[in-house]
Amino acid sequence: MRRMNGRQRTVLAFGAALLFLALITIAGQVFAKEAMATDFSRKNLAPCAAYPFGTDWMGRDMFVRTLTGLSMSIRIGLLAAGVSALLALFLGIVSATMGRAVDSIVTWSIDLVMGIPHILLLILISYACGKGFKGVVIGVSLTHWTSLARLIRGEVLQLKEAPYIKVAGRLGLSPWQIARKHMVPHLFPQFLVGLILLFPHAILHEASITFLGFGLSPEQPAIGVILSESMQYLAMGKWWLALFPGLLLVLTVVLFDVAGESLRKLLDPGSAHV
Amino acid sequence: MMLLLVCVSIAAFFLVSISPVDPLQANVGQAALGSMSQEQIERLNAYWGVGQPPVERFLAWASDFFRGDMGLSLLYRRPVSEVIAVKLANSIWLLAIAWVISGVLGFCLGALAGMKRGTWVDKAIRGYSLVIASTPAFWLALVLLMIFAVWLKLLPVGLSVPIGMEAAGVTLVDRIRHAILPAMTLSITGISNITLHTREKMIDIMESDYVLFAKARGESGWSIFKNHGFRNVILPALTLQFASISEIFGGSVLVEEIFSYPGLGQAAVTAGIGSDVPLLLGITVISAAIVFGGNLIANLLYGIVDPRIRRGGAGL
Repeated sequence: MRRMNGRQRTVLAFGAALLFLALITIAGQVFAKEAMATDFSRKNLAPCAAYPFGTDWMGRDMFVRTLTGLSMSIRIGLLAAGVSALLALFLGIVSATMGRAVDSIVTWSIDLVMGIPHILLLILISYACGKGFKGVVIGVSLTHWTSLARLIRGEVLQLKEAPYIKVAGRLGLSPWQIARKHMVPHLFPQFLVGLILLFPHAILHEASITFLGFGLSPEQPAIGVILSESMQYLAMGKWWLALFPGLLLVLTVVLFDVAGESLRKLLDPGSAHV
Repeated sequence: MMLLLVCVSIAAFFLVSISPVDPLQANVGQAALGSMSQEQIERLNAYWGVGQPPVERFLAWASDFFRGDMGLSLLYRRPVSEVIAVKLANSIWLLAIAWVISGVLGFCLGALAGMKRGTWVDKAIRGYSLVIASTPAFWLALVLLMIFAVWLKLLPVGLSVPIGMEAAGVTLVDRIRHAILPAMTLSITGISNITLHTREKMIDIMESDYVLFAKARGESGWSIFKNHGFRNVILPALTLQFASISEIFGGSVLVEEIFSYPGLGQAAVTAGIGSDVPLLLGITVISAAIVFGGNLIANLLYGIVDPRIRRGGAGL
């Protein structure tokens, strides 16, 4: 096989990561029914050829359960990271263009959100929403925008000094028009990379908060629920209940990271040589 | 700083006051509520503060808080300040040990990787940091628990002291043995950020002219690090570590829950699930104060490291 150059390898890595994640999401959806199916004739099986991840104390196939849980996590992650990133884009632009008062309010709220430890804030928001699916999505969306907003704000502050923005201002465009027509297109690549790099955090925090019992209801096959159930069976030597779902979760998060970093290298080749 | 704390408490109070969770349902249970008389239910309602307008409650709570009275924990039935003091004393050891270990280890690994850039040492350290950054702390805790407590039976499964022992009979060794696994988990997960950061700084330094000159003079390896690298890298690493207190605290919530370590994090989870509003608010404000303290130190350190930032008015 011919050796590929760096760019081709990066494209390949990006494509492979996305493909794999899409496969997990779709497979989880397809097997959603089987993940709930109990069969007491196959209780507590260690991993074998038929059940690669083993089965649990109710005879549920851990492999499909894990897939369904991860697919749920990925979808929540997509939703929450999307909302969070849009919020960050909006606040970042607003804070840098709408004058001093707005700017101080936005940076102030960034400090505020960053000041409360993440998990604690998630617990508070989830409590405020009455615990459950809604609480998780709102919580994760409302806690992840800070660093991206800061990044975009800095970028816009720099952009404001650029000649073409100044010219646009002299030509009589309103700040809002300048933001929409000239700044958003320029910020888009960074926004996209920031969005993808938000997924890993969103998924990890979704899993953590569910693990603590604030998120989804116990009968749903979410990855946090699976792991917190496995904790009770750990002392009995049922190691596969915790090990494999966790490994697949780590793999998913790593893949999102790979996808984000590859995209950054493709969109901004200058940053590839760090 | 004080203003931020006030804002945190207002935000936290707002969040708990819009909660639809009925504390009576959560703690007393549907069946018990059904068999109670109206009078009893009203007494309980008053105890849990149901039905009072939120602003009034906030002002009452805040004025008490200002005088040092954080209210009564509804679950522990003791003053919140007392509960927090006990839990914090347990947690602070864990947090401090994990914070120091992850900082020192992360710094050493990062410096090593930066010095040996491009070699297999660098690749191994970088790969390790990337994977660890993607690993949820609670899963790592489960795996460590599995290996050391269940298989090898070297360390106890949980709690900060042995079960069923009098407080006086607990030795320091017992306490340490019970803190090893939680501290280990927190240290391992806390490393990656500081490692990657230190590595990049170290690479910048290795490419600088003064290191080139040092090499030309015949210095190598350790002496370059000692004379030129260390001082330039330690301060940014320190500031980063001070700013990362929030992360370690967040990790401790999960880790304490898994190891049933009776610290602040576990109390926060218990308070959240059991609708113990005064305790939850107290923990939020205290932990925010700790995080702000860390950020403040980080900002001051930034100013010391880099005079350009001092002129711009550091952050706050």
